[in-house]
Amino acid sequence: MSTESQNLESLIQRNYTAGFVTDIEQETFPPGLDETMIQRLSAIKQEPDFMKEWRLAAFRGWQRMKEPHWSIARYDPIDYQGFSYYSSPKSRSSVGSLEDIDPKLLETYEKLGIPLHERAALAGVAVDAVFDSVSVATTFRETLAKAGVVFCPISEAIRNYPELVRAYLGSVVPPGDNFFAALNSAVFTDGSFVYVPKGVRCPLELSTYFRINAAKTGQFERTLIIADEGATVSYLEGCTAPMRDENQLHAAVVELVALKDAEIRYATVQNWYPGNERGEGGIYNFVTKRGECRGDRSHISWVQVETGSAITWKYPSCVLRGDDSVGEFYSIAVARNYQQADTGTKMIHLGRRTRSTILSKGISAGHGHNAYRGLVRMGSTAQTAHNYTQCDSLLIGSAARADTFPVIEVENASARAEHEATTSKISADQLFYCRQRGLTEEEATGLIVNGFCRDVLLKLPLEFAVEAQKLLSVTLEGAVG
Amino acid sequence: MNLLEIANLHVSVGDRPILRGIDLEVPSGEMHVIMGPNGSGKSTLVQTLAGSEAYTVQQGQVRFAGENLLGLKPEERAHRGLFLAFQYPVEIPGLGNALFLRTIVNAVRKTRGLPEWDALDFLSRSRAELEQMGMKPELLERAVNQGFSGGEKKRNEILQLRLLEPRLALLDETDSGLDIDALRTVAQGIESMRDAHRSFLLVTHYQRLLDHLRPDRIHVLANGQIVQSGDADLARMLEKRGYDWLLQEQRA
Ligand SMILES: Nc1ncnc2c1ncn2[C@@H]1O[C@H](COP(=O)(O)OP(=O)(O)OP(=O)(O)O)[C@@H](O)[C@H]1O
Ligand SMILES: [Mg+2]
Repeated sequence: MSTESQNLESLIQRNYTAGFVTDIEQETFPPGLDETMIQRLSAIKQEPDFMKEWRLAAFRGWQRMKEPHWSIARYDPIDYQGFSYYSSPKSRSSVGSLEDIDPKLLETYEKLGIPLHERAALAGVAVDAVFDSVSVATTFRETLAKAGVVFCPISEAIRNYPELVRAYLGSVVPPGDNFFAALNSAVFTDGSFVYVPKGVRCPLELSTYFRINAAKTGQFERTLIIADEGATVSYLEGCTAPMRDENQLHAAVVELVALKDAEIRYATVQNWYPGNERGEGGIYNFVTKRGECRGDRSHISWVQVETGSAITWKYPSCVLRGDDSVGEFYSIAVARNYQQADTGTKMIHLGRRTRSTILSKGISAGHGHNAYRGLVRMGSTAQTAHNYTQCDSLLIGSAARADTFPVIEVENASARAEHEATTSKISADQLFYCRQRGLTEEEATGLIVNGFCRDVLLKLPLEFAVEAQKLLSVTLEGAVG
Repeated sequence: MNLLEIANLHVSVGDRPILRGIDLEVPSGEMHVIMGPNGSGKSTLVQTLAGSEAYTVQQGQVRFAGENLLGLKPEERAHRGLFLAFQYPVEIPGLGNALFLRTIVNAVRKTRGLPEWDALDFLSRSRAELEQMGMKPELLERAVNQGFSGGEKKRNEILQLRLLEPRLALLDETDSGLDIDALRTVAQGIESMRDAHRSFLLVTHYQRLLDHLRPDRIHVLANGQIVQSGDADLARMLEKRGYDWLLQEQRA
């Protein structure tokens, strides 16, 4: 059996195809984090005063907070003074005019498979491209504007729609929510802003592509999506970064607000650089994502495919405040080499007859360690609320680990929460069966993993499901030993 | 010409010897049958031929179409046209049977220099074969073998045999667990695959499958050795008299 498991180990090597660096002149703040830097950042972005004050208040709160260490992730203390908090390509022209954009940037996104020119772009998908600290392009703005949909960099929204931003920013994830959310609130640089007006079904898939390029730079993006009454929107984010030896910090905040009868579907394909096979380098991904079903019959669903990052600390959650509102969380998380993924969700049931579904698929390979951490809370007002949770773990090789930490709190006797969990291995029998039919060990592993993830892959928009399947295969394939 | 040539094959599981010197030749176009008591090593033989890593070859040679079979990986053996219908087909949770079948068919077709099947080719071919095997169409949508009944699993194996069109089919107790009608369907599924270039090595305990198939040779495996070979009459004799007389003759 030992040759079998060695072969499996070698399967887990992979090429990280997004690992190149774009050689471009950037304007970058010197490393360091203090009030002066934040003021300078706010000034560069030409923010109104309320925003600057909001940042400074968040920063003061953050200084009194402690880095959390309750997750499974083990890492050396992070030197927050060692990062630069702003980096922008110098040649960047006014956002939105694709004609004047630096060709090197276009080329970068082209290489990543995200053509920004509208004639080459994915049909039916509008893209906001964020490069380090700034948004460099947003496509299909006019089509969207006709439908009344606002889709723009958040820094632009702060200037152009200050009332909306003021009303909603921090209303789901307050600045003091947790250590990383506080840091993000103080120093966030860019990200996407979406507002879909009453009764509008957004005519395109919206998507943001985050790219970290500069060395020793943190990326702190902030996304805010508001679906007004009866509105519907589907959003996808993708992320990559160059291969660098040192760890890079990414601390994002995403807030979703669904008003009465609104629906938001938020999908993530996260492929940050995971570090090498010895566990060196890679992104630290500390992210707070939360959606609030504020109105009755509203609906929020999170779908995530997490294959990258050295450390993932991420719990996309739903606060189900409106009666009959629905929350969903569908997740595939891969941890290989020395990746550590601590991810899961929270479903907070407050409204009557609220329903939630959690489906989590964790894949651990090599020395990877995957943990599902979930909280289902049935508040005292959550009359006949219902949750169904299923957590499945797949182990590849003998050094991989998987844990699940489900917590269920029920304060209303009429509410119900069901939980199921399984742990399985890719068995030698399954591999042999596939190989006897002519598949290589890699192909067999890819196919078995795809089978394991199928329920979640089906939840992705079709074009991205194909992408995600490819990504999963690339993640788990490599040189066969 | 012999498609398969086994010479003095010794195989163990861990330290335990299971096969103790097998000699066997299967010419192109012939159907040979292996019978023998439980635990005598029949599955060990076919699994070893397919390249299972659970078994260790200690000695001996196997040539397949003139090539040293034992030096090849399991998938390379499949590419060259060796197919094993498993005694216990394996379940793969979540993996759609249709996707699985199309993937394996194309993997094999590619190595044979044949054009791959697109979704439409696959649909029309697999539907026809499914009907031939008396299988419900929904079995294509379900996960590979998951929750299949014993008989459905066996039919799914023969479905794969028919789609992959191998040169040598090793069938390990494909008849066990089948009802009377299923046995006929499966037998027809096998029989209609016979031609001058395709050989079969069938493992079975019962005469009833052989009634449909008219095999060329019967071999009896006992204690890891072939103790008797003969024509189709040998199977009928075993059905009546069991193995004891043979084993006693051996000892005498
Ligand atoms: N993977 C294994 N691990 C341990 N022992 C094994 C293994 N495979 C086979 N054996 C042993 O080798 C011997 C032969 O087994 P094998 O499965 O080849 O028998 P068989 O002739 O196919 O029997 P049956 O008619 O019951 O299918 C048995 O004693 C069995 O227990
Ligand atoms: Mg057997």
